[in-house]
Amino acid sequence: MSGVATPGRKKAEKIDRLAELSAAHDDERGVSLWQEAFRRLRRNPAAITGAAILMLFVLVAVFGPFLVPYATTDTIGVREGLVKSGQGIIPGSSADHWLGFDHQGRDEFSRLVVGARQTLLVGVVSTLVGLAVGALIGGIAGAAAGIGGRWGRWIDTTLMRIVDMLLALPSLLLAVSIAALLGASLVTVMIAVGMISVPVFARLLRGSMIAQAGSDYVLAATALGVRKSKIALTHIVPNSLAPVIVQATLTLATAIIEAAALSFLGLGNPDSAVPEWGVMLADAQPYLGTRPALAIYPAVAIIITALGFTLLGEAMREALDPKLRK
Amino acid sequence: MRAARPKAALAAVAVAALAVAGCAESDRGDSSGSTKDTLIFGVAGDPKVLDPGLASDGESLRVARQVFETLVRPEEGGTKVTPGLAESWTPDAAGTTWTFKLRSGVKFHDGTDFNAEAVCANFNRWYNAKGLMQSPDVTAYWQDVMGGFAANENKELPPSLFKSCTAKDATTVDLSFTRVSSKIPAALMLPSFSIHSPKALEQYQASNITGSADDIKYPSYAMEHPTGTGPFKFKSWDVANKTLTLERNEDYYGNKAKLKTLIFKTISDENARKQALRSGDIQGYDLVGPADVEPLKKDGFNVLTRPAFNILYLAINQKGNPKLADVRVRQAIAHALNRQALVDSKLPPGAKVAENFMPDTVEGWNGDVTKYDYNPEKAKQLLAAAGASNLTLRFHYPTEVTRPYMPNPKDIFELLSADLKAVGINVQAIPLKWSPDYLNATTSGTKHDLHFLGWTGDYGDAYNFIGTFFDRPKDEWGFTNKALFDQFKDADTTADAAARTEKYKALNKAVMDFLPGVPVSHSPPAIVFGKDVTGVKASPLTDERFATAEFKS
Amino acid sequence: MFRFIVRRLLQVIPTLFGLSILLFIWLHRLPGGPETAILGERGTPEMRAAIRRNLGLDEPILVQYGRFMKRLIQFDLGTSTSTKREVTTEFLQRFPGTVELTVMAMLIAIGLGIPLGYLAARRRGTIVDHASVAGSLIGICIPVFFLAYVLKAVFAENLGWLPSAGRQDPTIGATRITNFFVLDGLMTREWDAAADALIHLILPGLALASIPLAVIVRITRASVLEVLGEDFVRTAEAKGLTESVVRRRHVLRNAMLPVATSIGLLTGQLLSGAVLTETVFAFSGIGAFLADAISQRDYPVLQGFILIIALVYVLVNLVVDVSYTLIDPRVRVR
Repeated sequence: MSGVATPGRKKAEKIDRLAELSAAHDDERGVSLWQEAFRRLRRNPAAITGAAILMLFVLVAVFGPFLVPYATTDTIGVREGLVKSGQGIIPGSSADHWLGFDHQGRDEFSRLVVGARQTLLVGVVSTLVGLAVGALIGGIAGAAAGIGGRWGRWIDTTLMRIVDMLLALPSLLLAVSIAALLGASLVTVMIAVGMISVPVFARLLRGSMIAQAGSDYVLAATALGVRKSKIALTHIVPNSLAPVIVQATLTLATAIIEAAALSFLGLGNPDSAVPEWGVMLADAQPYLGTRPALAIYPAVAIIITALGFTLLGEAMREALDPKLRK
Repeated sequence: MRAARPKAALAAVAVAALAVAGCAESDRGDSSGSTKDTLIFGVAGDPKVLDPGLASDGESLRVARQVFETLVRPEEGGTKVTPGLAESWTPDAAGTTWTFKLRSGVKFHDGTDFNAEAVCANFNRWYNAKGLMQSPDVTAYWQDVMGGFAANENKELPPSLFKSCTAKDATTVDLSFTRVSSKIPAALMLPSFSIHSPKALEQYQASNITGSADDIKYPSYAMEHPTGTGPFKFKSWDVANKTLTLERNEDYYGNKAKLKTLIFKTISDENARKQALRSGDIQGYDLVGPADVEPLKKDGFNVLTRPAFNILYLAINQKGNPKLADVRVRQAIAHALNRQALVDSKLPPGAKVAENFMPDTVEGWNGDVTKYDYNPEKAKQLLAAAGASNLTLRFHYPTEVTRPYMPNPKDIFELLSADLKAVGINVQAIPLKWSPDYLNATTSGTKHDLHFLGWTGDYGDAYNFIGTFFDRPKDEWGFTNKALFDQFKDADTTADAAARTEKYKALNKAVMDFLPGVPVSHSPPAIVFGKDVTGVKASPLTDERFATAEFKS
Repeated sequence: MFRFIVRRLLQVIPTLFGLSILLFIWLHRLPGGPETAILGERGTPEMRAAIRRNLGLDEPILVQYGRFMKRLIQFDLGTSTSTKREVTTEFLQRFPGTVELTVMAMLIAIGLGIPLGYLAARRRGTIVDHASVAGSLIGICIPVFFLAYVLKAVFAENLGWLPSAGRQDPTIGATRITNFFVLDGLMTREWDAAADALIHLILPGLALASIPLAVIVRITRASVLEVLGEDFVRTAEAKGLTESVVRRRHVLRNAMLPVATSIGLLTGQLLSGAVLTETVFAFSGIGAFLADAISQRDYPVLQGFILIIALVYVLVNLVVDVSYTLIDPRVRVR
C-alpha cells in the first residue's frame, strides 16, 4: 500500500495518535503525567459533568440493589391483576410504584435502579474482554516489531493486517454473527460487544509500545543498564496506561449502546431476572403504543450514562493531548 | 478547489430536497381520493414462492389465496368445507374414491378453460413429482397430506395416499385414494392444492426445479408467472421495494374484486407496521401485537379478531428426565401452572385456557376430559409421592419470535417458570434463538425436558392437531405408547364422519389422561384494517379474502 | 501508475481467497443450518436430514468449499436458500437501497454538520456552541433504533409529513432500471417517482445520520478552532479583509481537510447502523438482509454478500489511493 490516507487508515491513525501520546511525555516516572492531566481535568466543566454522572451511576449500581422497594422478579402487577399487558393495560406511576409496572407486572423503578448494576457490568466486562484480547494481539505485534528481523516483521504485519480488516468490518454484523455462534446469553453479549473493540485496543497497545521503545527515556534507561523488565514495569506500562484508560472510558459508552442494539435484534441476554437497560428497552418495543414510558426510561438512562462516559473520556483525551489543549 | 462551493451546493441540494418533499407531500394528500381502489397491506415477511404447491410459509399462501382457488374451500370466516371450484362432492361406498362436480364457465388468468382435465393435470403433476420436487421443503403440504409420490426417491417416505385422477367428463372428476383418510376432503382446502393453468405450468416449466446442492434453481413459473382462477391476477413482484402487486381479474366468474389493485408490502418489524398504518402508508396489516389491539380499536381502526384456531402447549419430554416418565410428575406440572393468570395477563382479549390439545371449534373436542386446575399444594403432594421433590428441569424457550399462538414467548416462559419454582421444581432456563436453534433442540435429541410450542390448524379436522402431535413416536415428547398410536390409526381410517368424531373424543380423553404435555391456551390472532376499509372477514385459517375489501366513503 | 494499479488488483485475489476460506469455516461452524429455518414447526429430524442432503450440507466441508470455489470462478455465487433467488440478483436488488440510504445520511450529516460545527467554532462559548456540542454528544449516545422510532412517531404518525416505511410508494408503479430509485426516476423522467423515493429517504437518512452528523460537527468545530488560531488567519484579519472573505479563503478551506478524510471513514462504518435503520424503516437494503441471512443460516447469501462487500471496499480504497496520488503530487506510489 502507498503511504496515503485512505479512510480505513485514517481511523487507525487516530488510534495511533493516542498511542504516541504515551511517549510524548518525557518524564522519569509515569506519575507526573497523571498529576498534570488530573489538574487540567479539574478545570474542565465537561469533565466534571461527566465524572458527576458516572459517580452517580456507580453509586446507584453499587448500592441501588440494596435500597429498592421491590424485588426485580416479583410480578406483583400480574398477581394482583393490575397488569394485563396482553390487552395493553399497564398502569403508570402510583404512590407505591413510582414509575409504575413493567409489562410483566414488576416494579419499573426497582428494575431501573437494579439495572444500573447489570448495565455497568456488561459495559465493564465487555470493555475488559476487548482490552484483554486487544492487548494480547497488540502486545505480540509490538514485541515482534521490537524484536524485528524477518519473522518479527512478518508477525507484526500479519497481525495488523487482520486488525485492519476487523476495523473495516461493520461492527454490528460481527457481533450478530458471534451471538449466533454462541447462542443468546449474558456472556455472549459481553464477548460479542467486547470483540468489537479488540482491533482498537490492539492497535493502541502496539502503537504505544513502539512509540515508547524509541523514546529518549527508554533509550537512556537501557543505556544506563537498567534491566528490561524494570524498564517495562516503571516506564512502559505506566505510560501506556493513560491512553488505554482514555480509550476504555470511550469504549464503555459504545459498549452499552451496542449491547442495547444486540438486544433489539433479539440477541441480547434473554434472562430478565436481573434487569439490564438495553434488554429493558428492547422488551418495551411491543408496548411503545400503549406505554412508551417503558422504553423512554431505560433509553434516557442509557443516553445519560453513555454521555457521562463520553464527556469524561473526551476530556481526558484532551487533557493528555497537548495538541488539543487550548 | 474552493471550499465554499461544495457547501453552497449542498445547501442547495438540501433546500431542493425539502422543496420536493413539500410538493410530493401535497401529492400524497391529493391522490388519496383517486387511489381508493388500491389497498396496501402490510405483511411480516416476503413470500417465498408464488406457486403454492411449493410453499408452506404463511405469506406465500396469503398471496396464493387471492390468485388461486381450490376444489373445496373453507366457509368465509370459518373452517367448514364449502364449494370452491367444485360445486359438490361425494365419496363412494368404500370411502376411497371421491367424485367432484366442477363449476363450469371458469377460465384461468391466461384465458384457458378450467375443467376436469385441468384438475387431473394438477394432481398428476404433484403425484409424479421427481427429484428435488420430492424435497420435504418443496412439496411440504403434499407430503403432509398425501405422504409420498408415484415413485418415492427417498425410502423413508410413506406410500402415497393419492392414487389416481380420472376426468369423467368436462365437469366431473374422480379422485381415488389408496385408503380411507380423515384428511379428505378437508385437506383439499389447503392453498397448496390450488388448481393452476396446465398451459402456464407447461409454458414456464413449473415442475423443473434444477441445479444441485446449494444452488437449487426454481422455475420461472414459481417466481414470476402464477396463473390461477382467483379474483386477483399477479402483476409484479418488486423485490427492491419489498412489494408484490396483484390486480383485479376482470373476467372473474363470480363477484369481481372491489379493489382494482392489491399490494402486499413487507414490513418485518411489528412496531414499524403499526406506525406505517397510523401514518397512512398502508391500509391494514397482519400479526398485530396483542397490546396494540385495544389502542388501535380506540383510535377507530378496524381490528378483526380471528377465532382462535391454534394451541399453545407445554411439551414434556419423557426421555429428557427419567422422572418425567412418571405420570404423577407430569400431573404435578399441570397442577402447578396458573394458566388462567397467564391467559388473563399476557394474551389478547378472547384468549382461553386450553383443555384439549385442539380448539373447541373443531369436531371431536371433548369437554369431558380430565382437567388439571391450578393447585400448587396438590402439585407438591404429587411430586413427593413420585419421589421427585427435588426435581431440576431444563426448560427451553425461544427468544425472539412471535407466533399467532404465542405473541410473547419470553413473557410466557417467565410466568410459567415462576409457577414451577413455586412448587419446588428447579428450573434451568435455556433460552435459544427460534430459528434454527430452538426448533432444532426441541424436536430432536434428549437434551430438553420442558419447552413450549404450538400449532395453527391447517384445516378443520382434529387429526391435523392431535394426530400431528401424538400419532407416532416423536423426539419432541419422547414416549412410545403403542395403544395410543393404534387408536390414532383407527380414527384416521374411519370413513364415517360421525363415528370418527366419537373416536376423536375418546382420543382427546386418552391424551389428557396420559398427559404427554400440558395444553396451555388458545389465542385469537388479530388483523387490522384502516378506518375506512371494510368487507374483509377474519378467518380462523387466516384465509382472508381481499376480493370483498372496499373503501367506504 | 499502471503497474501500481495492476499490482494492487493482483493483491486483491489472495485477500479474497483467504477471506472466503475464513468465512466458509466460520459460517459452517454456526450451530443449526438452513433446514430448520426453512421448515419451521413442521420439521422432523428426517425432513431436516433430507434437506441437508439436497443442499449438499452432509458432505465434507472441503467438498462443499470446492464446489463453492468452482462456481465462484465462473462468477456464480449460488442461490439463496431462503429466497430461492440467485445471490447476485439479490445483491443487485438490495445494494442500491443501502447506497442511497448511506448517501442520504452523509448528505444530511455534511449539510448540517459543517455549518453547525463552523458556527459553533466562530461563536465559541455562546449558547450556539454549547447547544451544538451537547446535541452532537447526544447524537453519539442515543441508540439508533430508538431514535428511529421517535422520528417516525413525530414526523410520520403525528405530523403526517413523511412516510414511515419502504423505499417508494408502490402505487406509483415506477420503472426499475438500476434499482437506484432516485436515479431510475431521473433516467426515465418519472419525476414523481424520483421525488417520492427521495422523500422516503429523509427519515431513515436522519436516523442513520445521527452518529456521522455528531462526529462531523465536532471535527469541524475542533478543526476550525485550530485554524482560527493560526498565524495566517490573524494576518488576513489584520490586513483588513472582511470576515466573509477570511472565512471562505482561509478558514474553511484549511479546516476542511481533516473533515474530508473523516467523511470517508464514517461512510464505511454506516453499514452497522444500516442494519438497524433498514429493519425499523422496512427499507430494502443489504444490512437487514444480511442480519436475516445470519438467522436463516443462508450460507450462499452470507458468503456471496460479504465477498462482494469486501471487493467493493478494496476497490473503493484503491480508487481513493489513486485519486490522492493524482491530486497531490507529493504522495508517490511505491
